[in-house]
Amino acid sequence: MTNHSNPRRAAIKALSAAGAMAALGRPLAALAQSKLTVGVIYVGPKDDYGYNQAHAEAAAMLKKMPGVTVVEEEKVPETVDVQNTMLSMIKQDHATLLFPTSFGYFDPHILKVAATNPNVRFAHCGGMWTEGKHPKNVGSFFGYIDECQYLNGVVAGHASKSKKIGFIAAKPIPQVLRNINAFTLGAQSVDPSITTRVIFTGEWSMPVKEAEATNSLLDQGVDVVTCHVDGPKVVVETAEKRGAFTCGYHASQAKLAPKGYLTGAEWNWITPYTNLVTAAQTGKPHINFLRGGLKEGFVKMSAYGPGATPKARAMADDVKGKMVKGEFIIFKGGLKDNKGAVVIPAGKTLTQTDLELEKMNYLVAGVVGSIPG
Amino acid sequence: MDNNDIGMWGILIAVIGGAIRVSTPFLFVSLGECLTEKSGRINLGLEGILVMGAMSGYGIAYLTGSPWLGVLVAGLSGCVLGSLHGFICGLPRVNDIATGIGLMLFGTGLAFFLGKPFVQPKAPSLPAIPFGFWSSSPQIKAALQVNVLFLLGIALAFAMHWAFRNTRWGLIVRTVGDSADAALAMGFSVRTVRTLATAAGGFLAGIGGSFLSLYYPGSWNESLSSGQGLMAVALVIFARWRPLYCFGASLLFGGAGALGPALQSVGITSGYYLFNAAPYVLTLGIMIATSSTKHSLAGAPGELGVIRA
Repeated sequence: MTNHSNPRRAAIKALSAAGAMAALGRPLAALAQSKLTVGVIYVGPKDDYGYNQAHAEAAAMLKKMPGVTVVEEEKVPETVDVQNTMLSMIKQDHATLLFPTSFGYFDPHILKVAATNPNVRFAHCGGMWTEGKHPKNVGSFFGYIDECQYLNGVVAGHASKSKKIGFIAAKPIPQVLRNINAFTLGAQSVDPSITTRVIFTGEWSMPVKEAEATNSLLDQGVDVVTCHVDGPKVVVETAEKRGAFTCGYHASQAKLAPKGYLTGAEWNWITPYTNLVTAAQTGKPHINFLRGGLKEGFVKMSAYGPGATPKARAMADDVKGKMVKGEFIIFKGGLKDNKGAVVIPAGKTLTQTDLELEKMNYLVAGVVGSIPG
Repeated sequence: MDNNDIGMWGILIAVIGGAIRVSTPFLFVSLGECLTEKSGRINLGLEGILVMGAMSGYGIAYLTGSPWLGVLVAGLSGCVLGSLHGFICGLPRVNDIATGIGLMLFGTGLAFFLGKPFVQPKAPSLPAIPFGFWSSSPQIKAALQVNVLFLLGIALAFAMHWAFRNTRWGLIVRTVGDSADAALAMGFSVRTVRTLATAAGGFLAGIGGSFLSLYYPGSWNESLSSGQGLMAVALVIFARWRPLYCFGASLLFGGAGALGPALQSVGITSGYYLFNAAPYVLTLGIMIATSSTKHSLAGAPGELGVIRA
C-alpha cells in the first residue's frame, strides 16, 4: 500500500479543484479527471506466472496513466477479508474505482460493500453481473479467451504426433469447459481424429496434483498439454522436463519452457481496465457489462515458440485474422458433446457474445473424460 | 494398438511412478517424526517446518545456484524450528500438542512472509538418476527417474531401523521414550535427549520440504504443501513407529495420491473427488482398522502423550 501520495492532501486538492471548476460553471463530471484512485485486489501473489500476474501487469500500466493512483493488495482470501480490504481502500485511500479480480469476490462480498458505498464503482472480473438483479455501481468484465485456446489447439494439433492432447483443469465451471472445448475444436480443425484428455484437479492451485496430472497425461501418450489453473508454472515446467509441448495460459510462460512452449493464451486486461478508468475519470456511467476477445484486444497470443511449425503458424495466423475481423465462429451448429447428444442444433451459430456460451455445461465430442458431479 | 497407447498399464506405471515421486516428502517427514516420537514427544508442527524448508531451500538454491546447498539450508531451518519446539516443550507444564499447532502456524506464516520474492524466480532443481535406461518406453523411463533424496531416504530408513536396535544412542532414545523414570535412573537427561531428537526430526522434515520445492513439483508457491506434514504424523502411527514401515507407508500414500489423476487420464472421471481424497480416506480407514479399546497400540512409545492413559 505504498506508492501513492498523501490521500488527505490529494482530497484537499481535489476539493479545491472542484470549487474552482464549479465557479467556472463547467459540468461537474469533468472535474473527476483531476485525480482518481483505483484499488486492485488479487487472490494470490502478483507474480504467479498466471491469473494474478495478468492482472498485476495491467495494474502496472494503469499507474502510468495521468491522474491515476493505484493501490494494490495481494493474497486476499474470498472471505470477509476482501470486504475489509475494499472498505479500507475506500475509506483510507479514497479509492472510487475497485478491481476485485477474483471470481469468488462477487457474491456476497462486492454486493455487500457496493450497497453501502453507492458512489464507488466496482469492476469485477468474471461474468456474474446481471441486468436488473445487481446494482448499477457494480459491473463485470471478462475476455473471450476461448478464441486464444482455439488457436492454441490449432498449433497443438500440428505439433502432436500421437494425436492425443491433454488439458489440466481446475474446476468444471462454464469458463473452463469453454476453454477445453475450444482447445479441442482448434486441434480437430487440423486433424479430426485428435482427442483431448482432461484431468480436473478440483482446486485453483494444487501444485503436487497438477504435476501428477501432467505426468499421468504424458504416461498415456499425450504429447501436448495446456491448462486452466491459477498458476500454470508447475504444469509447464513438468512437461518441459519430460520433453513434451505446452500451450500457455493466463500469462506467458515461454521463459519456463524454452524448448516445448508452442504459444499461449494470454489476458490483455489493460484494455478493459482503460475503458473502465476512462469512464470513471470522465464521469460517464459505470460500464456494467464489458466483454471482448482478440478483436477488442482483451486477450492476446504469446509469441510462437520453436516447436510451432511454419504450417501451424500460417494456419493459426489465418484463423486469428478472421477472429480479429469478427468473421470466425468457434461454436457452430451441429456440435455434438462427447456422449453423442447434439448440443447446438444444426443451422444455429453461437457468436462469441452469445450468453448461452457463458452457461456451457458439456464437453464436445473428442474429449475423453466427463464433468464430475 | 500403437506403441503409445498403454491404457490400463499406464495407470499402474503412473501409480508406481507417482509413489516414487510423491512419497519422498512423506518419507522424510515421517522418519523425522518417528525419531521425535520414539523419544516420547509429539511434534505436530512438522507441517510448518516442511513449508519453511520448502521456502528456504528454494530461496537459497535460487540465490546461490546450488540446489544441494538449498537442501542443507532447508534442513538447518527445520533444525532451528525443531529446536525451538524442543526447547519450549522442555519447559515445565508445557503441552507439546498445543506448541506443535502453534509451530505449524508460525512456520507456514513465516515461510509465506519470507517467501514472497521467490514465487516467480526459477531455481535450479535437484538431479535425478534415470533408472529406466533399460526400457524403450518413455513412460517407464519417466516413472523411474529417481531422485537422489528418495534413495537417501531409503538408506536412512534402514539406518534408523538398525540404529534403534543396535546402538547405544538408539537405546537411549527408546528408553527416554518408553520410560522417563528409567532413563533418569540410568543418568540420562530426558530433556536433552528429547530436544536433540526433536531438532533432528525437524532437520529431516525440512529436507522433506526442500524436495517439494526443488524437485517435485519443483517450484515454490504458497499452496505447495497439501498437508503432507500433517499426514506424515498419522503415517508414523500407522507405521507403528518403525522406520522401515514408514518407508512402505510413504510409498502407499504416494501411490494413493497418484491414483486420481491416473484414472482421469484414461477417462474415468466418476468419483474423482473420492479418488483425489484417497490418501485421506486411507488414513482414516487405517486408523479405524487398527484401533482397539482393549490395549494401546503395539510399538507405541510409553511416554507418548496421546497414548498414555
